[in-house]
Amino acid sequence: MRCLLSFFVCVWQNMPAPIRLRELIRTIRTARTQAEEREMIQKECAAIRSSFREEDNTYRCRNVAKLLYMHMLGYPAHFGQLECLKLIASQKFTDKRIGYLGAMLLLDERQDVHLLMTNCIKNDLNHSTQYVQGLALCTLGCMGSSEMCRDLAGEVEKLLKTSNSYLRKKAALCAVHVIRKVPELMEMFLPATKNLLSEKNHGVLHTSVVLLTEMCERSPDMLAHFRKLVPQLVRILKNLIMSGYSPEHDVSGISDPFLQVRILRLLRILGKGDDDSSEAMNDILAQVATNTETSKNVGNAILYETVLTIMDIKSESGLRVLAINILGRFLLNNDKNIRYVALTSLLKTVQTDHNAVQRHRSTIVDCLKDLDVSIKRRAMELSFALVNGNNIRGMMKELLYFLDSCDPEFKADCASGVFLAAEKYAPSKRWHIDTIMRVLTTAGSYVRDDSVPNLIQLITNSVEMHAYTVQRLYKALLDDISQQPLVQVASWCIGEYGDLLISGQCEEEEPIQVTEDEVLDVLEGLLVSNLSSPVTRGYSLTAIMKLSTRFSSVNRIKKVVSIYGSSIDVELQQRAVEYNALFKKYDHMRPALLERMPIMEKTASNGPTEIVQTNGEAEPSVVEPKHLPPVGQPASQGNDLLDLLGGNDVPVIPTTMPTKPASAGGELLDLLGDLSLGGPAPAPPAPASQPPFLLDGLSSQPLFNDIAAAGIPPMTAYNKNGLKIDFTFERANPNPNVAVITIHASNSTEADMTDFVFQAAVPKTFQLQLLSPSSNVVPALNQGTVTQVIRVLNQQKQQLRMRIKLTYIHKGSAVQDLAEVNNFPPQSWQ
Amino acid sequence: MIHFLLLFSRQGKLRLQKWFTPLSELEKKKVIRDMTLMVLARPPRTSNFLQWRDLKIVYKRYASLYFCTGLEEKDNELLALEMIHRYVELLDKYFGNVCELDIIFNFEKAYFILDEFLMGGEILETSKFAVGGSVEEADTLQEVQEP
Repeated sequence: MRCLLSFFVCVWQNMPAPIRLRELIRTIRTARTQAEEREMIQKECAAIRSSFREEDNTYRCRNVAKLLYMHMLGYPAHFGQLECLKLIASQKFTDKRIGYLGAMLLLDERQDVHLLMTNCIKNDLNHSTQYVQGLALCTLGCMGSSEMCRDLAGEVEKLLKTSNSYLRKKAALCAVHVIRKVPELMEMFLPATKNLLSEKNHGVLHTSVVLLTEMCERSPDMLAHFRKLVPQLVRILKNLIMSGYSPEHDVSGISDPFLQVRILRLLRILGKGDDDSSEAMNDILAQVATNTETSKNVGNAILYETVLTIMDIKSESGLRVLAINILGRFLLNNDKNIRYVALTSLLKTVQTDHNAVQRHRSTIVDCLKDLDVSIKRRAMELSFALVNGNNIRGMMKELLYFLDSCDPEFKADCASGVFLAAEKYAPSKRWHIDTIMRVLTTAGSYVRDDSVPNLIQLITNSVEMHAYTVQRLYKALLDDISQQPLVQVASWCIGEYGDLLISGQCEEEEPIQVTEDEVLDVLEGLLVSNLSSPVTRGYSLTAIMKLSTRFSSVNRIKKVVSIYGSSIDVELQQRAVEYNALFKKYDHMRPALLERMPIMEKTASNGPTEIVQTNGEAEPSVVEPKHLPPVGQPASQGNDLLDLLGGNDVPVIPTTMPTKPASAGGELLDLLGDLSLGGPAPAPPAPASQPPFLLDGLSSQPLFNDIAAAGIPPMTAYNKNGLKIDFTFERANPNPNVAVITIHASNSTEADMTDFVFQAAVPKTFQLQLLSPSSNVVPALNQGTVTQVIRVLNQQKQQLRMRIKLTYIHKGSAVQDLAEVNNFPPQSWQ
Repeated sequence: MIHFLLLFSRQGKLRLQKWFTPLSELEKKKVIRDMTLMVLARPPRTSNFLQWRDLKIVYKRYASLYFCTGLEEKDNELLALEMIHRYVELLDKYFGNVCELDIIFNFEKAYFILDEFLMGGEILETSKFAVGGSVEEADTLQEVQEP
């Protein structure tokens, strides 16, 4: 009876044994849903945790193994980390095996816990059983942190010198890991490498070659030191090739391909840049290249490595040709892997052996049609590398065809590549434009943003192609307005060259018949379309505006522009307002402002900083105080001016390129004019006969121009009702045909003249340019002057005459007056 | 060196993971997810190579299992295919006509075999017999110690 009782007590005190690993796996696999699986796992984890708490030595191994399984399924297992350490410290081999495995799976150098392993590993490295030593070496060599490596490097070095090949090979790879983690320790392994290559054991040989490779890659001194091993390596390789069948190392008739490839890789490093070493390995490389069986992947793996080695060392030209030919044969191989590898290698060698690779161009281009995405990408990169002046037409045909049919992931890179190649090697301007058109129409939405300004620049500079370009772009727009870069370039061109479009001037192809209204329809269509981005809308509004000087249907344009004056889009609204102002107040300036763009110098980023005007006036370039707006968006510059002036009602003139140089001075003056408003003028107005004051001097000429000072006497142009207007003159340097006149308006009455606007007109043989005035308030009692610069181009050297119109508000009533100015001094126009 | 070796089924279930570079749990999960997505999406009759970040990915399917490894730029992809094949041969020798279930139920053995074949991302032993021999001897040692 008592025995029975104690038996029950014993049974009750012992927890049931944790289920076996296989049992758990079987159970979990029966779960039909994720939730069911999670429930099982949680239950088991709880059991394991309590088992850990009880410090149960017997079943710790089993529990950790189960934990590792659950970890692989994706469940957290960090509470088992310390248990792994306990297993490693155990004397039982089974425990150590699972413990080290667990450490490699659950621990890594980021956790401080791993350092606790160091002592165990140290002990195990000196264990009597080689398999325990092996476990320690393996763990250290796979995940040892820098600290652990530093602590244990000495032990590894010792084992590297052992005669036990099982341990020696493991120590070699462990040393590789130590060197990777702590490169400074490399030196201490040097003595042990002395006779590593004399080993017969392939495992040791292989790992030794890996170790030597690692050392040579990291240290030029080591590299120089180990060069003497080249003959020995060549011998080993030769033996492998010539040796008979070895069952344990054979792979499809080749003996130990892994070792062969590693030796070839080490030879590559040793032979690079060294004539003697390259010479010494020449024969064996030729032998491998010609004798290796190519029917299976393994042979090709060796050939691949051989080719890489031949290309990298200083091999003789015959050998190099042999290597490229091998790659050429690879390209024709049915096996996709081989073709892929060939393309990759050719890409590496195309710079150095360009001509040799060119011979395989047609095969490479064929690879563009391959179904495999990886192969297509390599073929595309290689094709672009092979494009040159001779093959540009043919290559581009293939590449454009590729662009049409390739996956979207390629289109951006391919388009950029096409543009680059076209820029470098275009045989003619027409071809270039056609190629660009093709890219824009087939891959327009994938083209990079910076291509648009680059293309516009290119088109502008191809003067003789303007008509052809604008016609083609117009036709493309009729087909499709969804691709933004195409639409932007097209709108810009139509705005710029719309006159050529409707005049039907195209030489290169059949000119199309299109009316002004049709063109405006297209551009307006862009403005309202949902497909157009805000940037595109900006382009098309500006284009419409520019057509106001090229087309005759100005009223229609005015209407469009005024509608957009109340657009929700702030950018569009601002542009429309400015263009409106151009129509209303500055109509006389409009032709000059919207005239044809000059040819631009190629610059790095945003746009031209050097300007050479083509309408007869050569202007030196100006470094603008503000940065230049990109081509095609001139309007925003004016807005900056407006902001500077704090919203004064100064007429905003969209400062397009031609007027920029001169306005520099005007802007400065505007700043100063702003300051002087409302207070006494900083400098009293001077009677016309005196030389201009410094302040006036700043306003009367561009900053960079020389003053042809004395020479042309100033004059009074108008003097009525207290308003006096004086003219002062300078010559614009270097163009003597341009007279720069500064008007100085002063007011001797006791009331200010506000909303003062000065306008001038000249006979047809002259050209006039009016710049922004200093302000539009002429202060009373001669307290200040309003100045404004007029530039007159007088190419025919005729007598200068001018009609001026003045409007202002004085004492509450509007005043307007017209006058003729005929008393110009002869020097001003001779 | 190889950076990792992953084995996963056609449904994307992980059967083995060996890492040779230190990565956090989160990073490992990301790699596993990316690899399974990329490899399982590959159409048939394409090459066994992919480019992913700065690694070359080499993968091969054996029956219901995908073997997927990540290599560095200077490693030989064709040889990596041979390496994967060698590992499968070693498993086959050890388990006798290995199938996915063997690896599921004996995953720790699969690791032991791998650890005798690769170490620190490099091939440790090139002899077909030596690897199996070592593992079997270690197994014997295990049994001897346990009564």
